[in-house]
Amino acid sequence: MNDSLANISRFILFLMLQLLLFNNIDFMGYLNPFPYVLYIILFPVNGNKPTLLVTSFLLGLFLDMFTNSGGVHATASLFLAYVRPSLFKFSFGLSYEYQTVKIADKITPERISFLILAIFIHHLVLFLLEFFRLSLIVSVIGRTFLATIFTFFMCLLIIYLIKPNKR
Amino acid sequence: MQQIIYFIIKNSYKLLFLLLLGIGLTLTIKSHSYHRSEYINSANAVTGGFYQKINDANEYLSLKERNSELAEENARLKQLLFNQADTLLNWNDFDDFNADYIARKAKVIKNSFNVRENYLTINRGKKDSIFTDMGVINDKGIVGIIEKTSKNYATILSVLNTKSRINAKIKNSEHFGSLIWDGKNAGYVQLIDVPRLASLKKGDSIVTGAESEIFPENIPIGKIDKVFIDPKTNYYTINVRLFNDMTALGYVYIIENKKKDEKKNLETETTKK
Repeated sequence: MNDSLANISRFILFLMLQLLLFNNIDFMGYLNPFPYVLYIILFPVNGNKPTLLVTSFLLGLFLDMFTNSGGVHATASLFLAYVRPSLFKFSFGLSYEYQTVKIADKITPERISFLILAIFIHHLVLFLLEFFRLSLIVSVIGRTFLATIFTFFMCLLIIYLIKPNKR
Repeated sequence: MQQIIYFIIKNSYKLLFLLLLGIGLTLTIKSHSYHRSEYINSANAVTGGFYQKINDANEYLSLKERNSELAEENARLKQLLFNQADTLLNWNDFDDFNADYIARKAKVIKNSFNVRENYLTINRGKKDSIFTDMGVINDKGIVGIIEKTSKNYATILSVLNTKSRINAKIKNSEHFGSLIWDGKNAGYVQLIDVPRLASLKKGDSIVTGAESEIFPENIPIGKIDKVFIDPKTNYYTINVRLFNDMTALGYVYIIENKKKDEKKNLETETTKK
């Protein structure tokens, strides 16, 4: 019960932050970070997988509605949600399900690699679908790298800000 | 039958993923073709209303700027008014003046310029007789063309959209071409297919052409920045610096051409045989 409440509030929080704040950054004229992927990343490891699929799809779809972008955010978010378990396996080893992995706990190399990989995959799908032309593959990759770096730092910032303070 | 149900239950997670993926890709592909998705856009009641709220808040922050812009435009209009003293037109004639174009005011509540296909949203819709394919300008120059409308909102296909094509010409000459955007810089658009016979130099003004059914003639667009010669086609490609700052739009005017249908009908009738 407590978990799903936290998920719902994260859903709304990241949607609002993205729409009100991060979509208006336009760094160097076109670069925007997409820290809403944190919703998918911070979803509990042992949480209900179909719920994650549907909610991340909805999160993306809402963003698409507001930015007139068809279904690019929805598809990218859905794809990240689907490959998330494999990424966990890659970054934390096979036994990740038995530990209580919490991304927001402490910054370790495993967590950073997971974060960067997840963001990169999401952005690659996003920009591939947004440009939608193979002849533009160079600008797709360039933009993916720049946006990944940008989003990564925004995510670190947000994780530090919302991390519960344990003493 | 039992096996099919068993298969579906066993693979329900994968099937759910594939179903959602299918929906997402369909929406994406639809948005890249000319006719855009009906519901997933910012002209519907929920998203449009949301942007209206944000915009109401933002408006307070730029009141001063907007005021000075409006004052400037007022001054210009007054100047025009005072300089018309010796024309034949009497101001009283305007009551039954048979105007070709009608201008309506609207406010941009959502601006976009950082992707390759940019759309704007305004706070006027069908209720205020705004319909698809009307031109949109502001005091500095052209902005775009109305793409979709709902009851209270409308979306604009910005000139900064790789799908946009507008008829334009070089001022004081009748050589015209098509205005497109290469998707790179929000300050520049490209004028293509200008014949090599045209004489042009850096700094010349580009205005809308007479062939357009959407815009009146001679609405300013921008200045020539660079001229390239396309070696394959013998046409000029011109880089045009926009007069308008597309990253900061406030009030815009929607232009309705009242005689558009008449012109179109005549042209189709002529070419029918």
